[in-house]
Amino acid sequence: MSVTKTHDIAEIKARNRALIQEVLEVYPEKTAKRRAKHLNVQEAGKSDCGVKSNIKSVPGVMTIRGCAYAGSKGVVWGPIKDMIHISHGPVGCGQYSWAARRNYYIGTTGIDTFVTMQFTTDFQEKDIVFGGDKKLAKVMDEIQELFPLNNGITVQSECPIGLIGDDIEAVSKAKSKEYEGKTIVPVRCEGFRGVSQSLGHHIANDAIRDWVFDKIPADAAPRFETTPYDVAIIGDYNIGGDAWSSRILLEEMGLRVIAQWSGDGSLAELEATPKAKLNVLHCYRSMNYISRHMEEKYGIPWCEYNFFGPSKIAESLRKIASYFDDKIKEGAERVIAKYQPLMDAVIAKYRPRLEGKTVMLFVGGLRPRHVIGAYEDLGMEVVGTGYEFGHNDDYQRTAQHYVKDGTLIYDDVTGYEFEKFVEKIQPDLVGSGIKEKYVFQKMGVPFRQMHSWDYSGPYHGYDGFAIFARDMDMAINAPIWKMAKTPWKNVPEQTLLAAE
Amino acid sequence: MPQNADHVLDHLELFRGPEYQQMLAEKKRLFENPKDPAEVERIREWAKTPEYREKNFAREALTVNPAKACQPLGAVFAAVGFEGTIPFVHGSQGCVAYYRSHFSRHFKEPSSCVSSSMTEDAAVFGGLNNMIDGLANTYAMYKPKMIAVSTTCMAEVIGDDLNAFIKTSKEKGSVPADFDVPFAHTPAFVGSHITGYDNVMKGILEHFWDGKAGTAPKLERQPNEKINFIGGFDGYTVGNIREIKRLFQVMGVEATILCDNSDVWDTPTDGEFRMYDGGTTLEDTANAVHAKATISMQEYCTEKTLALAANHGHQVAAFNHPVGVTSTDRFLMEVSRITGKAIPEELARERGRLVDAIADSSAHIHGKKFAIYGDPDLCLGLAAFLLELGAEPTHVLATNGSKAWAEKVQALFNSSPFGANCHVYPGKDLWHMRSLLFTEPVDFLIGNTYGKYLERDTGTPLIRIGFPVFDRHHHHRYPVWGYQGGLNVLVTILDKIFDEIDKNTNVPSKTDYSFDIIR
Ligand code: SF4
Ligand code: SF4
Repeated sequence: MSVTKTHDIAEIKARNRALIQEVLEVYPEKTAKRRAKHLNVQEAGKSDCGVKSNIKSVPGVMTIRGCAYAGSKGVVWGPIKDMIHISHGPVGCGQYSWAARRNYYIGTTGIDTFVTMQFTTDFQEKDIVFGGDKKLAKVMDEIQELFPLNNGITVQSECPIGLIGDDIEAVSKAKSKEYEGKTIVPVRCEGFRGVSQSLGHHIANDAIRDWVFDKIPADAAPRFETTPYDVAIIGDYNIGGDAWSSRILLEEMGLRVIAQWSGDGSLAELEATPKAKLNVLHCYRSMNYISRHMEEKYGIPWCEYNFFGPSKIAESLRKIASYFDDKIKEGAERVIAKYQPLMDAVIAKYRPRLEGKTVMLFVGGLRPRHVIGAYEDLGMEVVGTGYEFGHNDDYQRTAQHYVKDGTLIYDDVTGYEFEKFVEKIQPDLVGSGIKEKYVFQKMGVPFRQMHSWDYSGPYHGYDGFAIFARDMDMAINAPIWKMAKTPWKNVPEQTLLAAE
Repeated sequence: MPQNADHVLDHLELFRGPEYQQMLAEKKRLFENPKDPAEVERIREWAKTPEYREKNFAREALTVNPAKACQPLGAVFAAVGFEGTIPFVHGSQGCVAYYRSHFSRHFKEPSSCVSSSMTEDAAVFGGLNNMIDGLANTYAMYKPKMIAVSTTCMAEVIGDDLNAFIKTSKEKGSVPADFDVPFAHTPAFVGSHITGYDNVMKGILEHFWDGKAGTAPKLERQPNEKINFIGGFDGYTVGNIREIKRLFQVMGVEATILCDNSDVWDTPTDGEFRMYDGGTTLEDTANAVHAKATISMQEYCTEKTLALAANHGHQVAAFNHPVGVTSTDRFLMEVSRITGKAIPEELARERGRLVDAIADSSAHIHGKKFAIYGDPDLCLGLAAFLLELGAEPTHVLATNGSKAWAEKVQALFNSSPFGANCHVYPGKDLWHMRSLLFTEPVDFLIGNTYGKYLERDTGTPLIRIGFPVFDRHHHHRYPVWGYQGGLNVLVTILDKIFDEIDKNTNVPSKTDYSFDIIR
């Protein structure tokens, strides 16, 4: 049982505020001042969450954030399956991110698809001292020879590249020319740029604009006939198959998905996207940039949607349909109706087991807000949330559409803060990443990884919601959590009741 | 609609049905600009040929699927083996997120480590302020007994000077002047994670033994009868260190385990998160200077560290991740020789049991061909074990293996008739291994989780021994060292062999024979 349920909202707010003060006490003064700006208690009616965001992490505090390389190679580019993404620099970054994100795809790996492989220039000292451009050029030649069916190459810069003055753009251009206009994309996503993954997303988006869109010859023959119902899925990385369980709904309502960005995506799909009639955007954080660009340059509107949980899915399907004619609007209604019995059955099965349970989240991208509706569909309550690398526009969306009065908000939370918050609030479930998972499980708190879906998924769409519900139930109601406390060391609260 | 509430289908089954299959086929046909399937097939076949292998081995610049990581990973591994110690990696923060994830995925444990979070301005002006603030914050928040500093490649490229930075930080009051902040430069573009382990081990020992970066008198060595034991970077550290402690206890050997992460990466779930647990005490670390000898289980993980110990007058002995009968014999006999403690009967009986188990099962392993990849010492240890089982370690590959290592492996091959047709591949990666498995097939592959791609592509069954192992649980809790460890490795190999035999003989009305109940 969480504390939240037993107190009224004013008490919760007071408790949360006190908690923030308590946590800040551990820091040296300067750090306490900086961190104070990232922590808040939500006030109903406010247009944002009242926290500062997208600023540098404080050194030495155990931030959960990653880097720009992770945002570009790990998120945006890595899933493009028919291109080879070179982790350019020393071996580490590419090694740790190798196949770690479960961006599902179909293809013959190593022959015409390359997502779960680690290509690296494996920098040695001499490459740092004398520069790595020659090596990069040679790597591209060797890729062409050994992987002739690749449809393109990207250069994902690691920290040293920008520091040693390499000219990866020149190498890319020269090689592209040599290989008859082959798509070769230099990406300046060195890990020290920006303050988190976020700038990496932006840089990667810009690279698509500059090195894919702007290189398409004006007279290029279209690969397919367009229709009035062509849309592109933007910002779904197909983790555990998320994009597939989303695509199926869009197609069932009568739309045609001409591209997936970037889970199970291909270069051809990126290139075709300017022909879409609407871009539907799931992860706003990581791909709003390219959506805005396409709107400006090609006049393609974009529409944010949320495919977590039946309430938000229905709302989103209708919103997407509103950009089209009655045929699609009817299609949306048909799809909603089709899945209603499944949703009713899922909720009938799981809601009684989850009703009233509380959740604390800390994730990236869109999830700290987007999954809230799915939890609410199951009768659960999100009592704390925060973004690893959100910006103010994320917190605005969160405040305006998602969180409740009194919710604890923590931006770029530190390991210490998160631990203390959970310890005091005692939620029934924590949803965050692999680095956090075992910390909370040791504390006896049920946990689900909400980046990787804890190796489950998909969670998007109606099919995904059934899995989401099953997983949350199995996390919270696993018998093991009743055994975490050593019985002979506890004052057994239950004994009195049992004795009656 | 395949999904239903009674039997929820996840990614393992959901996408197999016609709805999704059709959708994906259409996606490919209409929008992916796919290659001609015949061409894909042709290239797939070509990539199996000796001709492809030749081109593949002619690579000079490109690395594909390497079996190594970067120095700071080893730095973090070494640091958390000391009591109350938090690793502090100076440089970009993204790297630290990666190290923590990597260890958590392998050990299924929390992995605590902080970064100085350097960004673009630090690239221009240097990371001194990040160090000053970072140390102060870490000290205040996480109340460590020691902060072990290493570097990411960013800090190395801009040339930050750890010694000077730590000194300045102490002057500015980030941590008390006498607080232990050992450090090591760990450039990612030199060596691999095993180099980082070595550098940090050496850095920590140097700190305690040689006057804490000029802030304390050097320790005067007063030789005693204790020995120091260093395990090296080891995915089985939890099981192995515990086993080694037991062996020493049985022998009555007084030893200091330098870098003991057997507790911090195996904490209980009992309602409490232990950020620190166990580890070599700082006092023991300092006193280790007085030991009569320092023993390393992994030569290539501890080259500099052992040199430091030798310089302090220690006898040194290095092993190569000893697995099996002969290697364990050698290890125990050397410990016995150094300490003057006899090997008790109890261990002779354990040895006899391992020999017994090998004798019972050897017919199933004898003559089988294996490919092995992993860290240099692990490769040597496993190859030696296979040779004593009468198996052939046909391909032995270490991406972070040196020339000297390759010579040592060759010498091992030369020492056994079963090594006659075996080859060693230093500095090669798993894409090279792929060619080897196609052109000179073997019966089994031994490697880490990434070997599953090789298993899928080449059909060579994978036996998971190595680091990281992400997709099987808990094996790190069992030792591979000592006779007990040898038994574990033997059983792991045998299980796979028997599973394969069954898998290949279970087609009804085709292979009803050989599907035996007794083996
Ligand atoms: S939500 Fe997160 S994990 Fe998902 S894609 Fe956006 S950035 Fe990433
Ligand atoms: S940036 Fe350098 S230190 Fe960091 S993970 Fe990559 S290779 Fe390792």
